Amino acid sequence: MTRPRRDPTRWLVSLPPTLFLLAFFLAPALLMVLASFRHPGEFGGLAPLLVDGKPQLTLETYRFFFGDWIYAEVFLRSFIVAALTTLFCLLLAYPLALTIARSSARRRDLLVLLVILPFASNFLIRVYAWIILLGPPHLLYTTFAVIAGMVYVHLPFMILPLYTNLEKHDPTLLEAAQDLGADAWTRFWRITFPLSLPGIWAGTALVFIPVLGMFAIPELLGGTGDILIGNLIKEQFLDNRDWPLGSTLSLLLTVAVLALAGLSVWAGRARRGGI
Amino acid sequence: MPLGAGSDKSAAGDRRPSPAPSARPGRIPWLWLASLAVYAFLYVPLAVVVLFSFNDSLLNAQWVGFTTRWYDKLLHDEALLGAAANSVLIALTSASIATVLGTMAGITMQRWPVGVLRALPGLVLTPVAMPEILLGVSLLIFFRQVLDLTLGLFSILIAHISFSIGFVAIIVRARLAGMDESIFEAARDLGASPWRTFRHITLPLILPGIIAGFLMSFTLSIDDFVITFFVAGVGVSTLPLQIYSMIKVAVSPEVNAVSTLLMALTLTLITLASRLAPDLLRRSA
Repeated sequence: MTRPRRDPTRWLVSLPPTLFLLAFFLAPALLMVLASFRHPGEFGGLAPLLVDGKPQLTLETYRFFFGDWIYAEVFLRSFIVAALTTLFCLLLAYPLALTIARSSARRRDLLVLLVILPFASNFLIRVYAWIILLGPPHLLYTTFAVIAGMVYVHLPFMILPLYTNLEKHDPTLLEAAQDLGADAWTRFWRITFPLSLPGIWAGTALVFIPVLGMFAIPELLGGTGDILIGNLIKEQFLDNRDWPLGSTLSLLLTVAVLALAGLSVWAGRARRGGI
Repeated sequence: MPLGAGSDKSAAGDRRPSPAPSARPGRIPWLWLASLAVYAFLYVPLAVVVLFSFNDSLLNAQWVGFTTRWYDKLLHDEALLGAAANSVLIALTSASIATVLGTMAGITMQRWPVGVLRALPGLVLTPVAMPEILLGVSLLIFFRQVLDLTLGLFSILIAHISFSIGFVAIIVRARLAGMDESIFEAARDLGASPWRTFRHITLPLILPGIIAGFLMSFTLSIDDFVITFFVAGVGVSTLPLQIYSMIKVAVSPEVNAVSTLLMALTLTLITLASRLAPDLLRRSA
């Protein structure tokens, strides 16, 4: 704010990352938006944007998307799978996060490390583990397998924010409640749980959003009826080579993600602002 | 005070206090048991992978006998070794570049939130929050349509840098945020040039953040499957891509062996990192 012009270092430092991200993140993103309004190429990809100086744009893919119940169904299924995954992650993460938050400071670091360690192995290895586990009992290629894999891969994303939140709780609140005669259940529902809601929202965003775009887990663990948005997108880009439709699907996924992220920020803020 | 809903109606209003102080709150054995079960859920699947990597049978179903032949086979798998070499090369290069750019972005975000630069956090953090598939397909369109590039090592490299910058920036900014502004002012008042201040004050202070950022980018790059899958093209393979194609075809103990080796490697790196800088690991987690 003071002497903004006299400091060339600011621009030397800020320009390289800004230019890189403008070129390799923002430009591709805008290009994808544009591609969703273009015609598919004769041999896949995109048809020329300009023919005789006139831009060739169309709403065809959107008409296609909204005219066919199949796409809405896949979107709906993706949301259901993401919701179930989030719910199961929450149910598994809560007791663990609570235990870690309430153990002694010395032991806490070790317990957190034990959560991160399996998460540090490659994503595909963790999915592969479930191919082995679910193969013999003939549970592979089912919706159950998809959700099991999703929960397994995303669980740390729920545990860590929850733990970070629970660790900050003031234990004297619980002691006061106990002195006033509240039993363990009441103490949990009236104190711990409401206070942990920001952690729950953060974890929900971190689990729900990546699940929506996942294509590898349904492909490796699910059956033919288990395809999600991610699989549809992948199919358009790599198999059918219908890029405009793939771009439209990606754009609609982006809109869904942004809406959810906004909702989660709003929910977290409404809670804090309410007091 | 962030008390939740329902705190206005205190529990004491509903029932008379009947103090019967038992153990300290929070010492519930079933909670501990549930946690143990969740830890088992986290570790048993991976333990099974490791166990079957030593199993003398093509099927990952029944224990037959101990063998190391899958590891032998691995060491002679040219495609796999080539993919692993690609992965290491890409991870080292992309992490180095992303660390420099991410550090610059982190410093900008913390020190100069003015003018057009106020929009930088949005640009830096959105790629971190987006589902990976969106980055993958948008870069695919960009590389093929605009640059007319043959997909390969270069496109993978660019993609990895662009998703790593945000992570480095977050870590570096967090490191800077906890610092006393007056140190920088003091350096300036004593006549130090911006470069001197950076070299002798800022850099040593944020160095742990920069190292953590580099390790994070390296891990993200060597682990990435989704984005690489879209921008790799046909000629070049990385370790995750190779593992994916192996898994897709059939379950094979060779995959168990690769997985076990990779897990051992990660474990060694994490142990090393926690020995070298115990607080670094906690901060970046």
